[in-house]
Amino acid sequence: MSTPYAKLPAWADYVLIPLINLFVAFVVAGFVVILVGENPLRAAVILVEGAFGRGQGIAFTLFYATTFIFSGLSVAVAAHCGLFNIGGEGQGYIAGLGIGIVCLAFDSVLPWWLTFPIAIIAAAAMGALWALIPAYLQARRGSHIVITTIMFNFIAASVMVYALVGMLKPPGSMAPQTRTFLEGAQLPKLNWVIELFGAKIRSAPFNVSSLLALAMAFLVWVLIWRTRLGYEMRTYGHSPKAARYAGISEIRIIIIAMMISGALAGMMALNPTMGDQHNVALEFVSGAGFVGIAVALMGRLHPVGIVLAAILFGMLYQGGAELAFEMPAISRDMIVIIQGLVILFAGALEHMFRPYVQALFASLSPKSVGMEAVKGKGA
Amino acid sequence: MAQAAIELIGIDKSFGAVRANRDINLEIMRGTIHGIVGENGAGKSTLMSILYGFYQADSGEIRVGGQPASIKTPNDAIALGIGMVHQHFMLVDNFSVLENVILGAESDALLKKSIAKARSELERLEREYGLEVDPDAVIEELPVGLQQRVEILKALYRGAEILILDEPTGVLTPAEADHLFRILRQLKEQGKTIVLITHKLREIMAITDTVSVMRQGTMVATRETRKTTVEELAELMVGRRVLLRVEKGEAKAGGVKLAVKNLTVKDSRGVTMVDDVSFDVHAGEIVGIAGVAGNGQSELLEAISGIRHAVSGSVMLDGKPIDLTGAADPGELRERGLAHVPEDRHHVGLVLAFEENENSILGYQDDERYLKGPFLDIDAIRDDARDKIVKYDIRPADCRLKTANFSGGNQQKIVLAREMEQDPGVLIVGQPTRGVDVGAIEFIHKRLIAMRDQGKAVLVVSVELDEIRSLSDRILVMFAGRIVGERGPDATEGELGLLMAGVEQREAAE
Repeated sequence: MSTPYAKLPAWADYVLIPLINLFVAFVVAGFVVILVGENPLRAAVILVEGAFGRGQGIAFTLFYATTFIFSGLSVAVAAHCGLFNIGGEGQGYIAGLGIGIVCLAFDSVLPWWLTFPIAIIAAAAMGALWALIPAYLQARRGSHIVITTIMFNFIAASVMVYALVGMLKPPGSMAPQTRTFLEGAQLPKLNWVIELFGAKIRSAPFNVSSLLALAMAFLVWVLIWRTRLGYEMRTYGHSPKAARYAGISEIRIIIIAMMISGALAGMMALNPTMGDQHNVALEFVSGAGFVGIAVALMGRLHPVGIVLAAILFGMLYQGGAELAFEMPAISRDMIVIIQGLVILFAGALEHMFRPYVQALFASLSPKSVGMEAVKGKGA
Repeated sequence: MAQAAIELIGIDKSFGAVRANRDINLEIMRGTIHGIVGENGAGKSTLMSILYGFYQADSGEIRVGGQPASIKTPNDAIALGIGMVHQHFMLVDNFSVLENVILGAESDALLKKSIAKARSELERLEREYGLEVDPDAVIEELPVGLQQRVEILKALYRGAEILILDEPTGVLTPAEADHLFRILRQLKEQGKTIVLITHKLREIMAITDTVSVMRQGTMVATRETRKTTVEELAELMVGRRVLLRVEKGEAKAGGVKLAVKNLTVKDSRGVTMVDDVSFDVHAGEIVGIAGVAGNGQSELLEAISGIRHAVSGSVMLDGKPIDLTGAADPGELRERGLAHVPEDRHHVGLVLAFEENENSILGYQDDERYLKGPFLDIDAIRDDARDKIVKYDIRPADCRLKTANFSGGNQQKIVLAREMEQDPGVLIVGQPTRGVDVGAIEFIHKRLIAMRDQGKAVLVVSVELDEIRSLSDRILVMFAGRIVGERGPDATEGELGLLMAGVEQREAAE
């Protein structure tokens, strides 16, 4: 019957509450910094300055953010269809295999702008295929997608080790990685964009795959909210029963959603390989697939939110590295703790402050919120 | 001189900006049955939740037995002798009656003593009030009528002097309801006070001494039951005159549109829910399926609409068979002119998190009118939704509003508008007015009859006997998965009630 219900304006829902969550995460992180005997305010300043203070930092922040945009979008697409794809890590890692083969085959014959599209297709295809098997098992056999995608992360890791110590490694090399790609498989840098604003950059890996990430964010928005397929995915995600009623095939929609999700996760591998290291090395994904889960949750599964959350996490990565350098008491692990707190408050405890904000809004402006208009006139 | 058992003085309760109760004054006399009626959302349940300690009033005073009372939790209410029988039973299904009764009122760490004490107390209560239940029966094996009795026993065991019953007859057959009323009268004679919350006006007339009417959070009137009429109460509830029984002409039944033959359906546990059912629905008639909830009606609807697969039998739509093997695609059936308003609009018929306009194409998302290639034609969808909002008087008239924010009646109108406006040849409707306000019921019934008069075949399943009787041209009664009888629209409630309870016609005649 009458539920306690006060509707928040959109800006409070999408901006204010995430900011409050973020603020609380930083406050708690501040206590952790105090515990290790450092000044939390100074730590915060170093962190923010390290990420945004100089052109160099900004470029690195955006480089990290690019990978997180892909992995965040991957999680979001699956989540809109009610599926928790926790296998972005493996899908991105295995995509490195496709990228490696394409780059090694074409980098000496094609210019980068021809190698890049082929590599995109290869990365997406590998990621999609890696998601297809868990999707099929879920749709046909009811094997839970969370379990199977986690297991596929391990399989991907093993396959990549096998490939990198075997066929992909140049003969005679001791390092488990491919040879360095030639110019035909090196993505151009975008550092000049930042330099347009007067900043100086020595060297940073910010590259054109960032543009691909933004394009994908837009395409995901179109897919989810403007296509029939997206409509069907959202219907299934909210209510499988309603989807059955609406004549949406459960098997088809699960497989398609997971393959799109896997393809996006696969594309995340382009940034560190072709954009930065110019090779495919062991562990090059380094957890970005899991960060995507937090990015997607914090971004409320909306591409705009995901881009913003990805930049935030890029900042934590880049600023965190600076912080570990400047404050020896704060190790790399501390940064992970701070990231964990952000994930905790922005993701798991997302709704903790909502009732208070709602109560505040209800008391501030009783006319603009609430359900009076709706309920009062109910037929 | 009768004394007030409960007095509510100036009770106010708001949820955010919604005033669910405003300045409620109510006096409930000791030893009476007091009915509270009102539409969904009128504030009845909120008021009772305040009385039972689920919510706190923002302002106002509660007096129990003349003394000011502070009721902060249900435990406070129980201590004051107030017991509540919820609409949805609060019983542990795999516990025995006795275990359920003592749950939360155990007097010892070791159960043995509590149980022995409870058993003798329970036997006393059963004798005293004619509430026979086997104390060792397991709840899930009891029919709903008996489960409800256990709920009443639970309240009495805790020493309730005042019993609140929230929509107690929703799940009962007419015979079970009659039995409940006998129990309530007996309780009244023993000096208990009973508060009955319902939206069924006939029950109010049948059993209460006093009736209070709520509308939009306010208490609009309190009447002595014998001095009022159903018509007056309905008008008070809605705030305007209401047609309680829809006017309709003779059905002009045409050819067979939907033919169900020997249909058998099992549920996911392998239990036969629909057992060898056969019937036809003709163009231009409404066939109503009556029955107590859970006798296979839901599964029957799901099988016909392609959502659930059938074990055997056949369903013909316009003379062509429907694939019942589970490969049936509800989308394909829609194209063939079968529209379905499902029983459960919250999980099946609508996606509550969607905007209203998005729900107005659910199931028709393949329709070219709403698409531009693979893309949704947002403008066309919203225009279409706005048209339906006007035509079906859906309020608020905002196609961008989240569906969850519409009232039950308006949600149902969204589903009906979507299905009826596709101009189907066959319309099947589950629980057309469940959780729908009186005003909207009238509207929905008129629409269904209009569909019939346009020559559509309409199949209605409802647990509301009144609804079935007032809508249907033919009534089929389902019991334990079988169709146990067919009657005309003039069948009496008693006759249908006996069929619904599974009593054979011959026994009934004796």
